[in-house]
Amino acid sequence: MKTACTLAVALAWAMAAVAQDGPTTTAPTTTPAPDQARLNYRLQPRQIAEGTWVIEGAVADFLPANGCNIINTAFIATGDGVIVINTGPSRLYGEQQRRAIAAVTPQPVRAVLNLNLHPDYFFGNQAWDGVPTQALAGSIAGMRAEGESYADNLYRLCGAWMRGTQATPARQALEPGSFTMGAHRLELRRLQGHTQDDLVLIDHSTGVLFAGGLVFAERVPTTPHADPAQWLNSLDQLEQWQRQGQFKQLVPSHGPVAQGLKGIAQTRDWLVWLTGWMNDSARQGLDLSELLRTPAPERFARWAAQPAELHRSLAQWYPAYERRALQAQ
Amino acid sequence: MIQRRNLLLASLWGMAAQASLANTQDATGGDPLGSMQWPGLRKQYTQDAPLRFTDQVLVRTPAFADDALNVPLQIDARALQQVGGGIARMIVVADRNPIREVLSFEPLQALPMLAFRIRLEQASPIRCLVQTRDGHWHVGGAMTQAAGGGCTVPGASRTDGSWSKTLNQVQARFFTNLAGASRRLRLQVMHPMDTGLVAGIPAFYIERLELRDAADQPWWRLQLHEPVSENPLITLEMPTDGPREFCLLGEDNNGNRIDAGVRA
Repeated sequence: MKTACTLAVALAWAMAAVAQDGPTTTAPTTTPAPDQARLNYRLQPRQIAEGTWVIEGAVADFLPANGCNIINTAFIATGDGVIVINTGPSRLYGEQQRRAIAAVTPQPVRAVLNLNLHPDYFFGNQAWDGVPTQALAGSIAGMRAEGESYADNLYRLCGAWMRGTQATPARQALEPGSFTMGAHRLELRRLQGHTQDDLVLIDHSTGVLFAGGLVFAERVPTTPHADPAQWLNSLDQLEQWQRQGQFKQLVPSHGPVAQGLKGIAQTRDWLVWLTGWMNDSARQGLDLSELLRTPAPERFARWAAQPAELHRSLAQWYPAYERRALQAQ
Repeated sequence: MIQRRNLLLASLWGMAAQASLANTQDATGGDPLGSMQWPGLRKQYTQDAPLRFTDQVLVRTPAFADDALNVPLQIDARALQQVGGGIARMIVVADRNPIREVLSFEPLQALPMLAFRIRLEQASPIRCLVQTRDGHWHVGGAMTQAAGGGCTVPGASRTDGSWSKTLNQVQARFFTNLAGASRRLRLQVMHPMDTGLVAGIPAFYIERLELRDAADQPWWRLQLHEPVSENPLITLEMPTDGPREFCLLGEDNNGNRIDAGVRA
């Protein structure tokens, strides 16, 4: 165990050293396991482009063993201050994220972005007092409306990791648009489908796109606020931007960052399969309990959070398909 | 004096014997799901009738109930069709629900199989007690984990008030394209199914549903209780051969009638 840890640290150091010379390094490290006894997430920023770091979460479902840290957060040190993207599942995460960023760059943090209304995108906001926390207006409304129930749920799932956490919605509503900070030309765009307000950040200077919850890589997508048709449109949009060369690296909020680009096709594959299967099953007269006992096709079997996330989506969506099938006489 | 001493000794013996019995006695009454509620349930529903736990009664639930207002169950006792003169009734209970009895089903001419959804207040064993015509009980069950709260919050149609516009409307459809020697009947009755455990909202639920053919012969009968989910969606299996026209009849606890034609 000790050797493994030392190795991981050494590797991270080596990568940081390389990163200072060249603009991009893409080789993924293994995310170190968090220290449950000390409630230490062991956050390890990894540089993926000039001035750009990601802190990758476990590719898994919420579990005490992973500290419920299943999200990829990121930050861009622009030369004139830092932009932080997402703040993790708890107050503790936010605090440790803040320290991890300060250890990488002395630049002051100018803004914190929450890419959507889900708890692991904004629960760390509590640690970012004194810094503008920003999100789309619809996301902020959702954070206010659902923050309490998110907290109940995460306390139940994650236990001690949540200590002292209170849902702290973003304070400033932002509008899509372009701006320049330091050496980076940045653009915020609004898409829809994973939630009603999916904020996407493109760094035109580095070609990195932060896709938020629109793209899941090697992991079953979560759907509590999703609209599949809108989501598929947004995936088409992302693919078009990629073809046009607007970005060449994609940071998904869930799943290995190195597989981010593949995540566009994977997320589409999942949504098309799932909605088609629910439709066919309802027309055949199958009951929800029967779908819950049917495993997903082989190509999805190895994805993280399987089958729990599939079951959540079925419980959420299938009853509407069943009703439609009964009415379609 | 001697007599009295013997008496004392005897009663001491008795106490010791009782104590050792208590040490070895299983407080769950041999329940394979290890539930302390089981002995009480057994007494309430089966009294002293012969009873066994068996895999011939399948209760299928998700291991974790993601939506505590709609926990899908599928009950299957087809393995008992030739046992003990056939199945008289099937009772579904959730040990740790504030209202434990979920429903009671007389399959009559239908198959002893049923799918529906329930409200779950907390993690609980869910079981089906099947009585065959010889009076014997056959019990199967499964444990379901849940975040819970399903019995003590209002359903969607109660929250938005839409229930009064659709009360007791029926949607029903036969499905014949499934594998197996049965015709599947799926039906949904619009009803808020209020448990009475939400402040200010008294219990309001469908008590009785049955399917009759044109000759007024019953094909199955259901007694529902509060834990059945809002707008109950029930899946039944009927023999492939048989009439094509039926009537679904029923009543809720406020005396509102359900009366709808069901056509194969």
